[in-house]
Amino acid sequence: MATDSQLTQWEVFIQSKPGANYIHAGSVHAADKKMALQNARDTYTRRGEGTSIWAVPTDAIAASNPEDGDMFFDPANDKTYRLPTFYVMPEGAKAI
Amino acid sequence: MELQEHTSVAADMLRHFEEKIERGDAIEPKDRMPDGYRKHLIRQISQHAHSEVIGMQPEGNWVTRAPSLRAKQILLAKIQDEGGHGLYLYSAAETLGISRAEMIEQLHAGKAKYSNIFNYPALNWADIGAIGWLVDGAAIVNQVSLQRTSYGPYSRAMVRICKEESFHQRQGYEIMAKMMKGSAEQRDMAQDAMNRWWWPALMMFGPHDSDSPHTGDAFKWKIKRQSNDELRAKFIDKTVQQAEVIGLTIPDKDLKWNEARGHYDHGAINWDEFYRVINGNGPCNQQRMDHHKRVHAEGAWVREAAEAYRIKKEKKLHLS
Amino acid sequence: MTQQEALYKFALRLGDNALIRSYRLSEWCSNAPILEEDLALTNFALDMIGRAQSLLGYAGEIEGKGRTADDLAYKRNEQLFVNVLMAELPNNDFAYTIARELFLSVYEYYYFTDLAKCDDPTLAAIATKTLKEVKYHMAHSTDWTLRLGDGTEESHARMQDAVNKLWSYAGEFFEADVVDVMLTNALNTPDTPRLLKNWEDHTAAVLKEATLRTPSVPFIQHGGRNGVHTEYMGHILSEMQFLSHAYPDASW
Repeated sequence: MATDSQLTQWEVFIQSKPGANYIHAGSVHAADKKMALQNARDTYTRRGEGTSIWAVPTDAIAASNPEDGDMFFDPANDKTYRLPTFYVMPEGAKAI
Repeated sequence: MELQEHTSVAADMLRHFEEKIERGDAIEPKDRMPDGYRKHLIRQISQHAHSEVIGMQPEGNWVTRAPSLRAKQILLAKIQDEGGHGLYLYSAAETLGISRAEMIEQLHAGKAKYSNIFNYPALNWADIGAIGWLVDGAAIVNQVSLQRTSYGPYSRAMVRICKEESFHQRQGYEIMAKMMKGSAEQRDMAQDAMNRWWWPALMMFGPHDSDSPHTGDAFKWKIKRQSNDELRAKFIDKTVQQAEVIGLTIPDKDLKWNEARGHYDHGAINWDEFYRVINGNGPCNQQRMDHHKRVHAEGAWVREAAEAYRIKKEKKLHLS
Repeated sequence: MTQQEALYKFALRLGDNALIRSYRLSEWCSNAPILEEDLALTNFALDMIGRAQSLLGYAGEIEGKGRTADDLAYKRNEQLFVNVLMAELPNNDFAYTIARELFLSVYEYYYFTDLAKCDDPTLAAIATKTLKEVKYHMAHSTDWTLRLGDGTEESHARMQDAVNKLWSYAGEFFEADVVDVMLTNALNTPDTPRLLKNWEDHTAAVLKEATLRTPSVPFIQHGGRNGVHTEYMGHILSEMQFLSHAYPDASW
């Protein structure tokens, strides 16, 4: 073998309790899916931090470029009509 | 003309980067960053990661001899944490475009360093106490400060590490406290460990600010947030009282409270020893590296097998 | 033999299995093939220490002489340890450790499933908790057996060698002496000879999938359960009990 392998990199997402969002915890190295899950478990849930794990090969993740930040995210800034506070409700209307 | 354009793009990038730093925004992996920043981080984070991993060895030396089931449990959990912390840090460094295999190669080639402190031997059970209390205690001071470092993945790793490390120092101090309450032999062992680990622990913070070569950029880029001497003072100030409480003597006859500075003054650190150990001539340099290389080489067939198995399975899946 | 004496020895055997296996697993600390695996093996060692604490603690309670789990771990001589021999064999290489973990965890899967249903509430509770750990250990060692068995030529050869050499130690798991028989009758503890078939079928299936041969050697190695150990055992104890021998009156 020419160069040593440290296996491939996986990103780990942990759900801390049922119903919660999966949050990125970090990464581990593993050869396959099962190993990735086991390694993620031993690395990121040693203190009972999780109820469920996702492991995703790092190179399968598409990430946006910070340079594209303007075009990606700024257009949402002036669309406040997507927020409930944009609307004027008649006085006295309840539970809306 | 072309060259000029290129230069102005680079200047733009640098200005943009420096503004971000100035605002206190975190730098993320896909952000453009100066080469020097990237290099500095790779050097610092990989050194930090290697330190965690090499640091498993002196404590690992006592795992099979831990004197009670509880002590063994705590020690194993602690060493496991160090391994985990090495792993978090390798991950953080990998976001900068270097692989873990490359970092290990650099370590084995002597191009990457690890903390000097782990080139000292763990000789008796009290050393396990001293390592937890003094070595981890010193490391925590540094790591707490690094939680505010400018590179996002490094900072996040530090936050996680600090949260987990909080029990490490306590377990070390507990060992020392128990031994100081024990027999005369135990007290001697504890004081002996204190004598051997105190000065190397002070050296962990690095050279005095006046002699520290990398300090300039690291501060400008907010990689480092507090100076070596500031951090060292913090460590001394909190540790002196802890030593007194359990009856240990700090092996520094010049140590005394300086009312005006609001810190302890300490005696001269033996920097000759520091550089001698850094340059490979400490008590355990050879042993630590040999161990790491041996384990790495012995594990190669296992890693190869895991890769080969995955490839076989993928092929099968493809054919079916 | 009274039932109390039988129960003491029963808990002691289970506790010693966990204690001595934790010793071997903990030797992997800072020695594993990849950092992630170092954490995994340390976790298993920690599971075993926890199990040893519960079981040796219970043994001490049954004995009623005020001995703690630590007293039993650190102040007993070799002949009084009653773990199976498999637990004390050296780690040798990663394949050996995986084979040992596979053989033991498959056995324990069936064993603790039954023990969880026994009429001694303490043992049943320990077994229920242990079973969760065992399932994970079994998954981990099964996966690695497949990877090593069906990985490279070298890993296949090493794994086959480990399986061949450890196989003859497995028969001891299924022995039942007066202690076991008494408690199976009185407290419905596992009827170990009857677990052999499950173990053989389960193990053979894993080995087959891993492209490994199931050995046909007889189960000739035994003695640990009665205090007759391998030469390796004395070295384990001299290291593990070093501080309590050097400083008999000290507490740490």
